[in-house]
Amino acid sequence: MEAAIKMGYEDRSSFRMRKDKLWMIMVVVLSLLTASPILLIIYKLVMEGYRQISLAFLIENTPDTFAAMTAVAGGERIPGGIANGITGTFLMIIMASLIAIPVGILTGIYLYENQGKFLANVTRNIAEILQGVPSIVLGLISYLWIVKHVTMGFSALAGSVSLSVMMLPMIVRSTEETLKMIPVALKEAALALGTPYHKVILRVLIPTGFSGLLTGILLGISRILGETAPLMLTALGSSVINLDITEPTSAIPLLIWEFYNDPNMVGLIWSSSLLLMILILLLNIISRQIALKRK
Amino acid sequence: MITTTIAAIKNPALSIRSLTVAYDRNQAVRDVSVDIKKNTVTAIMGPSGCGKSTLLRALNRMHELYENISMQGQVLIHDQNIFDMPAIRVRRTMGMVFQRPNPFPTMSIYDNVVAGYKLNGIRLKKKEKDGIVERSLQDVALWEEVKDSLHKKGNFLSGGQQQRLCIARALAFNPEIILLDEPTSALDPIATSKIEDLLVKLKEHYTIILVTHNMSQAARISDYSLFMYLGELIEYGKTKNMFTNPGDPRTEQYLTGKIG
Repeated sequence: MEAAIKMGYEDRSSFRMRKDKLWMIMVVVLSLLTASPILLIIYKLVMEGYRQISLAFLIENTPDTFAAMTAVAGGERIPGGIANGITGTFLMIIMASLIAIPVGILTGIYLYENQGKFLANVTRNIAEILQGVPSIVLGLISYLWIVKHVTMGFSALAGSVSLSVMMLPMIVRSTEETLKMIPVALKEAALALGTPYHKVILRVLIPTGFSGLLTGILLGISRILGETAPLMLTALGSSVINLDITEPTSAIPLLIWEFYNDPNMVGLIWSSSLLLMILILLLNIISRQIALKRK
Repeated sequence: MITTTIAAIKNPALSIRSLTVAYDRNQAVRDVSVDIKKNTVTAIMGPSGCGKSTLLRALNRMHELYENISMQGQVLIHDQNIFDMPAIRVRRTMGMVFQRPNPFPTMSIYDNVVAGYKLNGIRLKKKEKDGIVERSLQDVALWEEVKDSLHKKGNFLSGGQQQRLCIARALAFNPEIILLDEPTSALDPIATSKIEDLLVKLKEHYTIILVTHNMSQAARISDYSLFMYLGELIEYGKTKNMFTNPGDPRTEQYLTGKIG
């Protein structure tokens, strides 16, 4: 240090230290700022929504406007719940998964096996573009395909088809990426034992990458869980529990929209949103845990 | 220099005839012809990039996984060309052990040993499986170390143990020939010497072809040696002869450390 000062350099370390500190503060403040919206959202949802959450909220159908109006006028809890939305959401997600998971995983395997080939590249690009297609457009397409020509009316099936198309690119991508991460040595080991190719994929590659595939699927589900726009054009909504896939069906996000349009039901918006948030957070946490375990 | 040795071996385990392997246009193995004697350890050695692994991997048709690799020539086993046989049968006749231990991470030790049967959909009775597992693990001297944890996943094993497990996996399928691609290059000296002892013992029942970049390993355990340089087979013969009296100046240069 002294040598440096003698040579004509001044001691700037305290200035650097202050600069360092300032920088640190900025990083922390901006990180908090990034985290704050989600915390504020959860705070608001819990504060406004917890009053409505009860067993009845989970197992009863949406109330009619009149019942809600009387309750609100009397200052009571709005009767009923969103059971029709919960069952509808689960019904459509299960069906969308049944369509998207096999197709997505097989496509992912195809892309992995044909790296650099023309058709695979085209498929990969199309899947990526698909991810960017606005969900309302997917709803419109499903309306034209399914509502107009297959079920001849609004239906859970039509909703599921539009949701499955939304899920598809995520599953394709995660399958391909997962398989790419599996060492080639493992594939060679299996082949060196004389294993037929389809068994190498089914018995070695898929089990080894299972948690990766599962993470992709769960993230795909959490993405479609809150989708509203395509469902408005396809599943439409229903005030009772419906498990017939050819009939109009409700879903949690659809109900939130309906509650928003009905001044008497506003109280139910918060609790429904809270439930939706909890489901999505849970899925995210689970998939994160699975991904962590894998490492 | 090659022709002298081809005729010398009668009833070979494997005959390679003018085998050429090319990556795109680059010939990594050029016109190699050689007979491998039964129940011996044959070492393929040479400096890196000489095509020794490429030659070994050609023998069980591993190259067919990659589109840019082309193969010409013949490899005969029981007078049948392996390129005319179903790839699956070829691979069942020739077990392979790779450079890095690669047990299947999702399977237990037990399942790893019988993986060849499981993956091929061959159903065995529990008793038969138990027998195969015990025999294979004893063959690789791993039985005593893992017999109490057979149903645990193999990833807690050390590198050397994992490699012996991989050899057991290859043995379980009862192959005639075992191909080993630098099986000890990722292992420490103790694990290496265990595997070397094992290979010498195994040649009683199997024909062993070993790729090694380690000359002293070839000298220690092999009966026959193949010296390759720049994709060509330079010299082939009894290891002892080759090390004491190399027939080709390039072999001598390699053995004395002047090339490679």
